[in-house]
Amino acid sequence: MSQNFRLENIGLINRDKKISFKFNGKNYFGYEGDTIASALLANGVHLIGRSFKYHRPRGFFGSGVDEPYAIVQLYRNGESIPNIKTTEQELFEGLEATSVNCWPSVNFDIGAINNFLKIFLPAGFYYKTFMWPKSFWHKVYEPFIRKAAGFGVASIKHDQERYEHKYEYCDLLITGSGPSGLASAYSAAKNGARVILAENNPRFGGSLLTSEVNIGNQTGREWAENIITELKEMPNVIVKNRSQVFGYYDHNMLVMSEKISDHLPKTKKYSPKERLWYIRAKEVVISSGSIERPLVFGNNDTPGVMLSSAAKEYLKVYGVLVGKKPLIFTNNDSGYETAIEFKKNGIDPVILDTRKDPKSEIIDEAKNLNINIKFSYVVVVAKGYKKVKSADIAKISEDKKELGTIENVNCDCICVSGFWTPTIHLASQSGNKTKFNKDIDAFVPGISKQNETTLGAANGTFTLEETLKNSFDSGYELSKKITNNDNKISFPIVVEKKSTEHDKFWCVPLPKGKTYKRFLDFQNDVAVSDVEIALKEGYRSIEHVKRYTTLGMATDQGKTSNLNGLQLVSNIENKIVPEVGHTTFRPPYTPVTIGTIVGREVGKHSRPTRKSPMHLWHEKNNAVFVDAGVWLRPRYYKQGDETLFEGSKREAKNVRANVGVCDVTTLGKIDIKGPDAAELLNRVYTNAWLKLPVGKARYGVMLREDGIVMDDGTTTRISENHYHMTTTTAQAANILSHLEYYLQIVWPELNVNVVSTTEQWAGAAIAGPKSRDLVQKLFPKIDVSNEGLPFMGYVEGELFGIHARIFRISFSGELAYEVNVESDNGNYMWEKIIEIGKEFRIQPYGTEALSTLRIEMGHVAGSELDGRTIPYDNSLEGMVSKKKDFIGKRSLNRKAFMAEDRQKVVGVVPLDKKTSIPEGSHLVKDADAKLPNPKLGYISASCWSVEYDNPFSLAIIKDGKNMIGQKLIAMSPLKNKTIPVEIVSSHYVDPKGERVRS
Amino acid sequence: MLHIKCPHCGMRSQNEFAYGGDASVKRPELNKEISDLEWDNFVYLRKSLRGKHLELWQHISGCRQWFKVQRDTATHEIFKTLKANEDI
Ligand SMILES: [Zn+2]
Repeated sequence: MSQNFRLENIGLINRDKKISFKFNGKNYFGYEGDTIASALLANGVHLIGRSFKYHRPRGFFGSGVDEPYAIVQLYRNGESIPNIKTTEQELFEGLEATSVNCWPSVNFDIGAINNFLKIFLPAGFYYKTFMWPKSFWHKVYEPFIRKAAGFGVASIKHDQERYEHKYEYCDLLITGSGPSGLASAYSAAKNGARVILAENNPRFGGSLLTSEVNIGNQTGREWAENIITELKEMPNVIVKNRSQVFGYYDHNMLVMSEKISDHLPKTKKYSPKERLWYIRAKEVVISSGSIERPLVFGNNDTPGVMLSSAAKEYLKVYGVLVGKKPLIFTNNDSGYETAIEFKKNGIDPVILDTRKDPKSEIIDEAKNLNINIKFSYVVVVAKGYKKVKSADIAKISEDKKELGTIENVNCDCICVSGFWTPTIHLASQSGNKTKFNKDIDAFVPGISKQNETTLGAANGTFTLEETLKNSFDSGYELSKKITNNDNKISFPIVVEKKSTEHDKFWCVPLPKGKTYKRFLDFQNDVAVSDVEIALKEGYRSIEHVKRYTTLGMATDQGKTSNLNGLQLVSNIENKIVPEVGHTTFRPPYTPVTIGTIVGREVGKHSRPTRKSPMHLWHEKNNAVFVDAGVWLRPRYYKQGDETLFEGSKREAKNVRANVGVCDVTTLGKIDIKGPDAAELLNRVYTNAWLKLPVGKARYGVMLREDGIVMDDGTTTRISENHYHMTTTTAQAANILSHLEYYLQIVWPELNVNVVSTTEQWAGAAIAGPKSRDLVQKLFPKIDVSNEGLPFMGYVEGELFGIHARIFRISFSGELAYEVNVESDNGNYMWEKIIEIGKEFRIQPYGTEALSTLRIEMGHVAGSELDGRTIPYDNSLEGMVSKKKDFIGKRSLNRKAFMAEDRQKVVGVVPLDKKTSIPEGSHLVKDADAKLPNPKLGYISASCWSVEYDNPFSLAIIKDGKNMIGQKLIAMSPLKNKTIPVEIVSSHYVDPKGERVRS
Repeated sequence: MLHIKCPHCGMRSQNEFAYGGDASVKRPELNKEISDLEWDNFVYLRKSLRGKHLELWQHISGCRQWFKVQRDTATHEIFKTLKANEDI
């Protein structure tokens, strides 16, 4: 298709590089430097999609981040990305885009029938229409809404692109490279400050790219180019384009998304697609400019109606005419600038100015160019369905209430200007209480909350001279505060045309008997009538009106609609706008991809993976791994095509029959030293610690202050003032913090140091009746007999020349030892144990067998110590000292904790001795009882007892001590199981604990 | 993200720290007889005030020291940070 709307000699695009692309399956071409929007407009394409609610045709309204409706589904390098603004997305070779929110096609859309059923879709239609009958919601209403509404489709594929995060610090962060941003960046950088200048567009310069001004002896655009070139070369300046500062958080932390590769057909090797910057700035300059406001009239959403500033940008930046018979509808001088550009490029525009008799240099220039100007005129309604074909216009009375005779004029686009709205989002996010400026009918930042300064149009300053002067000064003052330097640069002479006051009028009344829709929010289809209904129905707070009508809630967050909505509410309510107030600005300022927010923390990078020194050995020996916190632990070592059940049973059996070895490196380890170490242990554990001899270990239970069990483990006295504490894998970090808290805050008088040694020691638990024979062979010089190294004994020795710690402790309930060596020697130790253990039929065992062994022994672990149980519940009341005080003791006196029928851990065996009981099953008396069936307890852990070869579970059950022998029902509605069971002792195997002491 | 001055290490970003609750809470002395109410207040009762709040933080990814921060709970303004043994 030919580019009928492209001009020859104007624009900043690169005409040497043609780019072909596809929109809705059709081939087009544009140039390097085009956006999808400018390229489609050059091809005369105005119909881009359908609106959210009524599926009305949608074209282009803006030319950048403010665009409310020209969004597409983008296809790039095999990925599909929803809701891309065509006004921002740069063209690349092979780009493909499709319309969103239309079915079956953009030209024939079934949802447009909503437009004729609009009676069903007024303000609050979700709340009203789809309320009842309730049963309809799920099957009828929701699928209907989902099909008919919604924009792009999120990809369900894994995103192959790379995103990264970056932290940066600077003296000044400057958000926008228009005149105020450039001037403040330049004067601050020249004064030695470290500056970051962020521009969300590909091109720097902001309004200087399109305005007819002179700075010094250069045009505005040349001046901008030169300043940027100079800034880029300065070592203290970071200049970034395609970078949007979208959030302003506490303590001057701002977040910026940098689009590195979105404008390329494919992300370059070793480069991320997008980068998220966390920037901590000493001072922030908000130079985000302003966005033109729409004027509101009938069918003002018709494709071809657009902002006059957008029309000017398409012309001056892209060399594209948005129409050849433009109608300019304005209440201020900005519309004239657009008209003049049309005229200079051979197009005859007509200006409708709502003002009666305004006078200014710009208006004079338009008059001198013989542009047809109609004062006190308005557009009443745009005509045409998929594109503007003409407009009904009329003279308007001085009080702006009466319309004169309606005339129809031919036009192919209507460029509107309702004056300017400062972009105050970042200032507001920083906590700045904005104030209403009556002169410009808009909010501007008030007193700075954090170290932020708003300059230029964002601050409501619309003349270039004043903007540059303030910005040069601010850049100098702000940098001086930080650098103490005093290099002030001289201020250039500015030539610009003076403009005059705008008209406060913005919403054209309806002619008598007409019900044209006049839209405020173009993306969410919120019309003037919707806000009127909301107010009639009693909504007053602007936040409520927003939610009820969905005004400003679309992906553009109301950049073009908010202020007109406010003005409407204030008009109807007879209030002034500042009394109505504005809705809260929240980050992000503009949509940010989830990939950027997540950064590198995806998949296995979402958290660290910790591996024991023996990990490679486990891998080589077919270990199937399981996540244990951030650790990877062998779950079982697969032989042949063994299942988890078969493999873990084999391993557990071998421990009971011969000997097994388990990697216990992941256990938390804390080294405790100091003269008061015993006293600390005595206060944090429930049992007594003052008399533990050197060379002995003891099992201990820790409580929180509220009496709930926090953790358990063994601690060994290595020497007089030196202890080695172990914690569960999961609680290791918490326990260290817990100890540090008591040592630093509560009992600073205790002379103790604690440090984590989890990663310093590799551990192997050697368990089973033959473990002693094996350990004796490993340490021939040490007496490891029951007399030489009794249960809970500790000794140090040499394992083939390597220093080792040997603990006689047991988690499996068997005769067992735990050997620790320095991590670097872990694998060596492991291989030696396996090698020497061969003659004793050693097998490594994983966490599943470990669980089986502890469950059938009735040893409580994480599934019982779940943050809801006290020592009694776990049958650990024997561990609680009556004589001394300790953390959490006072809480154990609570009535509920002392109740006669307090819950307690018990064993559970299915009556058929065959059916495994799912963990989480509830224990009830009667499976058929009326609901809700009273729950007596729950299954906390289940295993297949290798000792008795039948299923066995642990449960925590009310009045546990009196439940032994009872027959109950275990119910698992999730697994659809009802299993008759018997309650037995939790110590199913070796109830007297003879094996560990043998 | 807050910017917190660890009294031992200097200015650091919030993600190096862990919050540790109201710094004015005093644990009752060990072995002291106290009423249920007193104990209950210590374990469970916390002011949820708006404004200046003296609280504990721990520099977990740094020096591991617990210290005090005086912060405005509404605005997040930090007025002062102190070592554990210092008083405001
Ligand atoms: Zn520190």
